Amino acid sequence: MADVLFLALSVLTIGAAIAALELRSLIYGSIALMGTLGGIAGFFILLDSPFVAMFQIAVYVGSIAVLILFTVMLVKRELIFKKIEDPKRKFAGIGLMLITMVAVGGIILDSGVKTITTDSPPVDFREIGEDFLTYYWPALIAMALILASSVIGALVLARREDTIENGQRTD
Amino acid sequence: MANELIEFVLVSVALLGIGIYGLSVKRNAIRMLFAVEIIVNAANLNLIAFARFMPEAHSGGQTLALFSIAIAAAEVAVGLSLVIVAYRLYKNIDIADFRSLKG
Repeated sequence: MADVLFLALSVLTIGAAIAALELRSLIYGSIALMGTLGGIAGFFILLDSPFVAMFQIAVYVGSIAVLILFTVMLVKRELIFKKIEDPKRKFAGIGLMLITMVAVGGIILDSGVKTITTDSPPVDFREIGEDFLTYYWPALIAMALILASSVIGALVLARREDTIENGQRTD
Repeated sequence: MANELIEFVLVSVALLGIGIYGLSVKRNAIRMLFAVEIIVNAANLNLIAFARFMPEAHSGGQTLALFSIAIAAAEVAVGLSLVIVAYRLYKNIDIADFRSLKG
């Protein structure tokens, strides 16, 4: 049976996810998204994976959420508070959400996932570091190249094309 | 373990449903990125939950989740810069305005 901590974490995570999508202001929405990402980190700690939880907090809550916050602030003020959606599409979306939840949830509840339990000790995080440097080293290098190229790509995309006329920058 | 695998998987299914709702209803490009983030996090939660409950997998699930988080960071960086470029071209972040890609 679920304990109090798990219930509180799931209420926080799911409530913050709904708030992130439904709050009127995009700024409050991105702060609510931080709540969702932090709640997921809490689940990782409950699952005895403190290393992944730390990575989640460092990468998601620390950098991605802040990046989103800065992008939101670059957008015009009226657009941050304007809600753009059709009511007809909204009902269709709620229907799609309920169908997904009921269908996938029903399949999972009906499957053998319910009977899986474990008494084994959690994996030591030192093993992850060892795996990274031995078995997964090509993937690690490829990931480093992907990260570098995506940062360069993002910089090139967001670059302003200023023209220099008469020796002065015109922005 | 105090909690069972099924509980974590059900939370993950709920997050997936919310993400699909956001992706299909919202027309604001930044909010659609929020929905994508929620879906990616649901997938990561599933990975870690199954990795914990299947000890024969050793650290494989956690390693895969770490790679997934890093790739998601790269995806958000590129996605947000695309939003900025589109905002500069159209002065709007409504994806219904992005239909013509000529600028």
